Amino acid sequence: MAKAERTKYLIIGNSAGGIGAAEAIRQVDEVGTMTIVSDEPYPAYSRPLISEYLAEKRPLERMLFRPSDFYEKHNIQAILGRKAEQLNSDEHTIKLDDGRKIIWERLLLATGGVPIVPGIEGIGLKGVFTFTKLDDAKAIDEFLNQHQARKVRGVVIGGGLIGVSVTEALRKREIDITIVEMRERLLNTILDEETSALEAETLRRGGVEIITGHTVAKVSSYLDGEASGVTLDDGRSLPCEMVIVAIGVRPRTEFVSDTKIKVNRGIMVDRYMATSSPDVYACGDVAEAYDFVYGENRLTPIWPNAYIGGRVAGFNMAAIPTEYRGGTAMNSLKYFGLDVVSAGMVMPPDASYEVIRAKYGQACKKVILKDGLIMGMVFSGDIEKSGIVYNLMKDRVKVGAFQQALVAEDFGLVSLPEEIWRPHLEIPSAIADTSVISMEQAEEVIAGE
Amino acid sequence: MKRIYIKEQACIACHLCEVHCQRQHSQSKDFIKAFKRESPRPLPRVRVEEKGALSFSVRCQQCEDAPCAQACLTGAITRDPISGAVTVDEEKCVGCWTCLLVCPFAAIRQDAEQGKTVRCDLCQGADMPVCVVNCPNEALIYTEVDI
Ligand SMILES: Cc1cc2nc3c(=O)[nH]c(=O)nc-3n(C[C@H](O)[C@H](O)[C@H](O)COP(=O)(O)OP(=O)(O)OC[C@H]3O[C@@H](n4cnc5c(N)ncnc54)[C@H](O)[C@@H]3O)c2cc1C
Repeated sequence: MAKAERTKYLIIGNSAGGIGAAEAIRQVDEVGTMTIVSDEPYPAYSRPLISEYLAEKRPLERMLFRPSDFYEKHNIQAILGRKAEQLNSDEHTIKLDDGRKIIWERLLLATGGVPIVPGIEGIGLKGVFTFTKLDDAKAIDEFLNQHQARKVRGVVIGGGLIGVSVTEALRKREIDITIVEMRERLLNTILDEETSALEAETLRRGGVEIITGHTVAKVSSYLDGEASGVTLDDGRSLPCEMVIVAIGVRPRTEFVSDTKIKVNRGIMVDRYMATSSPDVYACGDVAEAYDFVYGENRLTPIWPNAYIGGRVAGFNMAAIPTEYRGGTAMNSLKYFGLDVVSAGMVMPPDASYEVIRAKYGQACKKVILKDGLIMGMVFSGDIEKSGIVYNLMKDRVKVGAFQQALVAEDFGLVSLPEEIWRPHLEIPSAIADTSVISMEQAEEVIAGE
Repeated sequence: MKRIYIKEQACIACHLCEVHCQRQHSQSKDFIKAFKRESPRPLPRVRVEEKGALSFSVRCQQCEDAPCAQACLTGAITRDPISGAVTVDEEKCVGCWTCLLVCPFAAIRQDAEQGKTVRCDLCQGADMPVCVVNCPNEALIYTEVDI
């Protein structure tokens, strides 16, 4: 067997979380050896852009998350297209699927998620796909290219973020799509009822059929192993050539199941992104990290949280103690041209929460509050000022005294108490004096007092 | 690095910063064309906010931690290694608007026509950005402050 390799920093997962960590480590340690392993054979790419690949064949070069010389420039060994299989956290070793053994000092698990696939009849047929990685998008693209002559109909199982993303991409390729969502409404974990309905209306206008309150009971086939339709739980059948399974993603924890590393729904981490096992860190979709809205650890499977959590993990791996401020679920959507942002709790869990809402033409702003703190927000149609509200939520600012302004049409920084904006926008006063003097004709500046 | 700061008391809400910014970021560099004829229509990257007697202009503050860059899904937002300015690679920006949602100043604008974000670029290395140069009451200061 080959001799074991040694590396100071080993990162499993070459995506948002892994790259965040690698960059943070290199910011503070330029020489420590670093290895990134991924079973995907590509340099880090923006996962959300697989929709653009499918819709318009966006080339990989324009999907890359970092320039192509990233690994070389940062002196990182990238082992791509190889799976990490056996982890021994006591010995500080892992084994890859080609038998290679790596001895590490600090390990990051940024292994993301795997699509949940229901064990229904016909799920293994040709024409059934998932949609979480570039190879999935490539497989669907190839399938469509083979069917060029015939009209392809698709059924998307699941009306969440991934289901709607793939739907939009496929509509751009003029595929007829029916979404089958088990719950009563689309995007139900990230949107309130009103905005869900607006999304559904927008999708329907974009030519999408939507069936809610039902699931797919089986995928049927009339000819040699190819999908030719689905049957719903009420017995209805929908003919189709293609089925996309998008019912959700779960943390990819299989790798740690034989270890002592604590796993709840995801790998549990503290505010330093450290797992229960010494020298092992986790971040991103696989980890349950601090959510500043809920005040507890949760899965928040979104790209920015993976990247930022990765950075925090990286600093800590490089022995620079850094606390994770926390993240929360947060999404920006633009399906079929409708701009929507949401963050935090989108539905008030009980009557102790207050919802303020305002509508202006096509735009709607909604903020969810509890005890003067912002707990969630959903804006549609007019999202340009949403960042101000998001940051008030993130900074846990008491907004009770001016909360109604948050949903006003002309809301801006100017609507907030000046101690919120002045220190950031104005020059610190000591320096302001000198720089005014250094400017010509400073005396003529007549302030409108 | 150098940033543009406001002097709120000196702002007279004349919006000239917006006007000059829009011209500066036009193809023609001509006021009338920039406002009336150009397509795609150039957008000002600064916004004047007003409430009663209070007014000031807002633009990208070049945040130290650049939350927009940390949230960027595509890697389009980076800090220029030389100027230090937060910069958007238009080739990589897909207009997903995630940066908008995390910007504490709402300083990022949507160029809906082009499906990309636009923001203050400090007039791309100019000695003085046009908003600062053309502010009639010197309500804007372009300077380096250690923070
Ligand atoms: C279609 C789609 C659209 C999305 N849109 C958005 C959006 O608009 N906004 C947003 O914020 N988020 C979006 N997301 C979610 C976002 O992509 C994820 O939150 C993000 O990718 C998580 O990053 P990560 O680093 O934790 O894991 P991942 O990106 O999942 O990367 C993990 C990597 O580790 C590899 N890996 C796992 N286990 C092993 C192993 N044992 N050995 C070797 N390699 C391994 C995986 O193959 C993968 O390459 C979208 C996701 C999809 C699929």
